[in-house]
Amino acid sequence: MEKKEFTISVFTEDQIGLLNRVSIIFTRRHINIESITASESEVKGVHRYTIVVNDAEDLVIKVVAQLDKQVEIVKSFYHETSEIVYQEIALYKLATSLIAAGGEAEKIVRKHNARFLSFDTEFTVIEKTGHKEETQRLFDELEPYGILEFVRSGRVAITKPMKEFAAYLAEIEIASAN
Amino acid sequence: MKKVEKSNEKESLLIDKEGINVITGKEAVVKSLIAEGVDLIFGYPGGAIMPVYDALYDYQDQIKHILTRHEQGATHAAQGYARVSGKVGVCIATSGPGATNLITGIADAQIDSTPMVCITGQVASHLLGTDAFQETDVVGISMPVTKWNVQVTRAEDIPGAIAKAFYIAKSGRPGPVLVDITKDAQFGEVDFQYKKCTNVRSYVPQPKVKLEAIQAAADLINNAKKPYILFGHGVLLGDAKEEFKTFVEKTGIPSAWTIMGLSALPTDHYLNVGMLGMHGNYGPNLLTNECDVLIAIGMRFDDRVTGDVSRYASQAKVIHLELDHAEIDKIIKADVAVVGNCKTSLQLITEAVKEGTHEEWLQKFRDCDEEENQKVINEELHPSDDKMISMGEVINLVSEASNGQATIVTDVGQHQMVAQRYYNYKRWRSNVTSGGLGTMGFALPAAIGAKFAQSENQVIAVIGDGGFQMTIQELGTIFQTKIDIKILILNNEFLGMVRQWQDLFFDKRYSSTEMVNPDFQTIARGYAIESNKVTERENLAAAVKEFVNHKGSYLLEVLVGKENNVFPMIPTGASVSEIRLD
Repeated sequence: MEKKEFTISVFTEDQIGLLNRVSIIFTRRHINIESITASESEVKGVHRYTIVVNDAEDLVIKVVAQLDKQVEIVKSFYHETSEIVYQEIALYKLATSLIAAGGEAEKIVRKHNARFLSFDTEFTVIEKTGHKEETQRLFDELEPYGILEFVRSGRVAITKPMKEFAAYLAEIEIASAN
Repeated sequence: MKKVEKSNEKESLLIDKEGINVITGKEAVVKSLIAEGVDLIFGYPGGAIMPVYDALYDYQDQIKHILTRHEQGATHAAQGYARVSGKVGVCIATSGPGATNLITGIADAQIDSTPMVCITGQVASHLLGTDAFQETDVVGISMPVTKWNVQVTRAEDIPGAIAKAFYIAKSGRPGPVLVDITKDAQFGEVDFQYKKCTNVRSYVPQPKVKLEAIQAAADLINNAKKPYILFGHGVLLGDAKEEFKTFVEKTGIPSAWTIMGLSALPTDHYLNVGMLGMHGNYGPNLLTNECDVLIAIGMRFDDRVTGDVSRYASQAKVIHLELDHAEIDKIIKADVAVVGNCKTSLQLITEAVKEGTHEEWLQKFRDCDEEENQKVINEELHPSDDKMISMGEVINLVSEASNGQATIVTDVGQHQMVAQRYYNYKRWRSNVTSGGLGTMGFALPAAIGAKFAQSENQVIAVIGDGGFQMTIQELGTIFQTKIDIKILILNNEFLGMVRQWQDLFFDKRYSSTEMVNPDFQTIARGYAIESNKVTERENLAAAVKEFVNHKGSYLLEVLVGKENNVFPMIPTGASVSEIRLD
């Protein structure tokens, strides 16, 4: 089966070590995690991991089922890229002299609608949000001028299907009590 | 208000007012176990778990502790106990090496869905992560092989963690859980109010059976010409003895078992057509690729059962009855998936199906049996006089002498396949084996656990000379506890199954499989276990009778053919229909 990009959302209880349990499931099947982001979800006490993988759909289905069956995972979903709205953030550290000179580097930053986050006499930090291709394009254009540091976050994603997680949670709470 | 037992008045820090019941964490561990109905645990003490052992000292009248000779033995004993009783097996060990020694048994319990609660001591919480003496990250290590695990660092969290542990271990698809308790938590204080856990909101142990699925399954079954049932451990775990038998008998469908499903239907039941898998029976494997509807009940299509999956039952519609939704479509795609406890789903399907018989189809299994008899079984059970004793003839005699009523606990290898093929299992839940993990050394300690769970039933451990020596120290546990275990050593002076593969697939290059063994009778004598050794066929029948009828533990060693192979066999990568009879 053809490999594709999938975004997996995992809703979990707030429990030490759960990230380890999640990552083991990917490791066992030799799936490389492209990016992972964790934060509290809209439901208090429920955490949400957004995991991006590049693999065959039938494998992703099995992994999601394995995730789902873990005691403290409330629910897992997987989506194709077309079914989500997603974003990433990247930070770039450049020498301030490069920007202050009003040269090419500044033009590039403006062209990409990136944001100046912090100035210092020596360095400047620029922030760009967007898809990976967009933050990468800025990186590629700035690179010849010298990037002192670069970091990109994992993906965060909101799914397009309208059923709210809280509705799933309510169903599961009823089922778990039976 | 909680009343404190007389015997621990001194120990308990009871403040007898306003319903407050303050006790130490170590005592809370013991009282939590008692609250869960535990009266027997297997374990091995050590530094970080000493407080709990100290508390156990006061409750000896309520909890019996069996001191195994190695922590691995404690896990297998707990498994043996759980498998025959359906209750949660409990084992306990110290931190570091004590905890790591549990891992094999935990992994075994995980893959064979055995309910088990393991309690480990841990270094004091201020030492966590510092490479303290006997510190190991057992929560991290055991994570891939536990259904759930947790570390407790405060006494007040002990009752809740143990309650959750028991609930998770036993509910849904059972499995092992581990509770790691730091030494300071054991010494800390807790207002002890035990509340059993009855649900975890993120966890649905018993998914509701969907009626559409039942109807779809029933429709397929009602229209099937050559339906075929494969049953696994789920029938036993689901406690579906009557429901399963009723379904099989109403539909008249030939039924074959996985080694974990063995004893869910008596071996001699007229619709029990035999064993699946690599060393299973000829018909059950071959005809998998002829049936039109395959009904898999509480089994997970292990690779030892399916052989090459791309050539497995591709002609058949597949109905999969399974509690764990992650098993659906994992290996074999289900046309109809019935997710839920088979105790419920079998009852519903039985109501929805027509009564039936499948004589012609059943005859095909009988014809295959005839061929297997001629090419394999007759010779295995009654070898010609010039041949050495075969494993099959020993098992056959044991089966007759015990009337198929014993609990047979097997280790892993050739003897395991032979015992399961030739013992006539008549009693529900009378087969205990290491199926998924294939853990050599499993049988002896598991037999001890099985015997403690059911003292009324005879327990026979069937073990090879290799596996016996992996946990041979548990003879000490038998000696000390004076329980009655029959130990049958089928000695071929080889690691027989590996040697068989070397014979068939590695040009007979017997790399490190030959064993020079000690005198097992001398060892048995050291533990005051009576024994006998049979090398000649003429002495076998009488020796087996004496073995089975002896009062108290007994070791019978039988020298069997050194280079006998187990057949039939499906070579790795072959299809079930390519099963070889020789």
